[in-house]
Amino acid sequence: MSATIAADDNVAAEHVVPAARVPVSRGYRFEVVKLVSQWRIRLLVLACWIAPALFVAAVSQQSTLPTDTLFGRWMHATGWAGPLVVLGFAGTWALPLLTSVVAGDVFAAEDRLGTWRHLLVAVRSPRRIFVAKALASLTVIVVMVVGLTASGVVGGLLAVGNHPLVGLDGHLLSSGDAAGKVLLAWACALAPTLALAGIGLLGSVALGRSPMGLLLPALVAIAMQLAQMLPLPVALRAALPGYAFISWNGLFASPEQLRPLVIGIVVSLVWAVLATVLAYLIFMRRDFTNLSYDGSGRRALVVGALPLAGLLAATFAVVAVATPSMGSGIDQAKVQRSVATAFAHLYRMQTDELNRPAVTEAQLKVSAACDKGDGRSDPHGAGNDWHCIVTWHLPGVETTGQAIYQLDVSSNGRYVADGDGPKEVNGYFLVHTSTGDAPNPMWQFDGNVDLLSATPKG
Amino acid sequence: MGTYLAIRARGISKYFGDVVALDGIDLDVAQGQIHGLVGPNGAGKTTLLGLLLGLSVADGGSLEILGTPVGRALAAPDGVAGFVDGPGLYPSLTASQNLAALAALRGIDKRTAGIGDVLDQVGLTDVADDRVRGFSLGMRQRLGLAAALLTKPRLLVLDEPANGLDPAGKKHVHRVLTRLAADGTSVVLSSHRMDDVEALCSEVTIVATGRVVFSGPLGKLAAENSELDYRLLTSDPRAARATAVETAGLRLVDAVEAGTRQDEDLLVVRAKVPALDDLVSRLVHAGIAVRELAPVVSPLEAAFLALTEQQQEADR
Repeated sequence: MSATIAADDNVAAEHVVPAARVPVSRGYRFEVVKLVSQWRIRLLVLACWIAPALFVAAVSQQSTLPTDTLFGRWMHATGWAGPLVVLGFAGTWALPLLTSVVAGDVFAAEDRLGTWRHLLVAVRSPRRIFVAKALASLTVIVVMVVGLTASGVVGGLLAVGNHPLVGLDGHLLSSGDAAGKVLLAWACALAPTLALAGIGLLGSVALGRSPMGLLLPALVAIAMQLAQMLPLPVALRAALPGYAFISWNGLFASPEQLRPLVIGIVVSLVWAVLATVLAYLIFMRRDFTNLSYDGSGRRALVVGALPLAGLLAATFAVVAVATPSMGSGIDQAKVQRSVATAFAHLYRMQTDELNRPAVTEAQLKVSAACDKGDGRSDPHGAGNDWHCIVTWHLPGVETTGQAIYQLDVSSNGRYVADGDGPKEVNGYFLVHTSTGDAPNPMWQFDGNVDLLSATPKG
Repeated sequence: MGTYLAIRARGISKYFGDVVALDGIDLDVAQGQIHGLVGPNGAGKTTLLGLLLGLSVADGGSLEILGTPVGRALAAPDGVAGFVDGPGLYPSLTASQNLAALAALRGIDKRTAGIGDVLDQVGLTDVADDRVRGFSLGMRQRLGLAAALLTKPRLLVLDEPANGLDPAGKKHVHRVLTRLAADGTSVVLSSHRMDDVEALCSEVTIVATGRVVFSGPLGKLAAENSELDYRLLTSDPRAARATAVETAGLRLVDAVEAGTRQDEDLLVVRAKVPALDDLVSRLVHAGIAVRELAPVVSPLEAAFLALTEQQQEADR
């Protein structure tokens, strides 16, 4: 037995000077330093601040534009199209991967390096460690998103210039409006990015050194993109946290399609909060004595995945009740209205570019008759077999004009309208614009169907 | 001033599912004492050190550290520093940056934290600005010790601090620990290196299968021990062999059986200390010079092996 005897414990108590609690701000600075000291994080931040500018500037100088990407066909016309093309790419690939590398690794890195014990002894509060890590990863992700935005804008404006932008229904946005909407669209994309970051934190905490933790945000993002392409009820797709990566399109219609956007943002933020809270709960219950921690298996499933599945079910139910959206959200009336609106705006633009007498949308009285497939089935849903006959009137002319378009409608409501005659109206020819020669704006154009709106009557 | 206990543990238990890691551990460590914690792999040493550092919470028993009862929350008690399973260092930061970060986390101004001083104490001044990624195991151990020193602890908990150290590094570490103890800091260290424990520790606790099998001064441990094997090298091996055979309470042992090198000039004798004293006296009296007389294994190691084997047999 020990030979030492506790003679006076009060003496010990006199020696003990309680150490000050480490403020979260100190832990936060340390976490930021650790993240930024990693070469891959430095390179990614640098790429976010440089690559979009180079991409936009380079593509804007090419004769062939990425017309299969939303706003890609307008990259010669205005510098504001570039950052939107970057946003489309970022929502699909860049942001899920960035959140994987940052948030998906911020806890797992300590497992890999075997530094949990050191950190716990230093900070002496798992709660503060969690908060500091979550805030640090959030900071780096926001810096990356801001970099993607700023770089795309600067690249576009320097390469092409500050010109008006054609919206998704053909109406012309002034430079100022375009600037505001581009920045707002990027701000909206932060919400689903935060949701993925929350999922990344959850994966990093729950799965430890397992590579699955790092990959979780990217895998969830891919799964959500697949879900958006499937013929699922639109209420279910709107209940997914990645929906806001798509619904920012509604900002570029007139009137703005705000309902899908607001739903997408709210759903994303709720996912971000819930996933972060679940990560916190798992982290606080973790046993730090096991250095070869590779996740808590069943607990990760029960505490992590099941509540998120419950959230998805609850959100689906709420959206389904609040909006008439159990189908695809794409029907004949919506397509006809969207095509007629876009045609009217673009006709007016074409008239101006061809130096013809000015007309207004009201004078044109455009209508569209759209059908799908062979015309015998109920026309609704996505597909590349939509076709529309557009009819319009010119002031002082008794006969009506008609033009045909073939439409490729995606399940997320975006469509590409391809002019099918007459070629004087919607064929391929060059027109003179303030920024140089450009293809006839009515030859091919992008449009958007509001999936969550009620079908117009009559 | 009365002597107070830096650590007072009573009946500490810790379970991992069905596995009993610690089973009613008692431990007392006095102020300014270097206390060794030894035991075979899986004995529960790291679990016990983890409890002292606030990395986990005991399932039973009471634990007071520096006079303060340890609660149920995961947090290192005030005044405690150290590491288990190797120091946690960030490879992308330099040695100085690692220490500066730790100082900042503990609310210490890095300009007055004495980073240069602690690096000097552990002999890492020359590599202060090198990234830890390129450090050897011994350098990491020394930097881990420097990190612990930075917080000016009153209880230092170290798991295998001499792991990977070269002789110079070991000398640095020993000097630092003895100086700390002289200044009143208590040190608990676990090690498989019995020579380190014997060189540094005034008391030792031997743990086997989660239980304490011995705790007390090293001298007491040696006294409790029975016969030991000694290597004997003399100027006249043949005469020495004859003298050994005649000495009561002592017998010759085959070198291979004793686990030491074979040499025709070398004798291995098994004896208690009084019989050994008698042999030395006889050799000197016969004019035989004693060139080397050393235990094949140290008294601590022998006691460690004997006690842990007894415990394992009892458990079986």
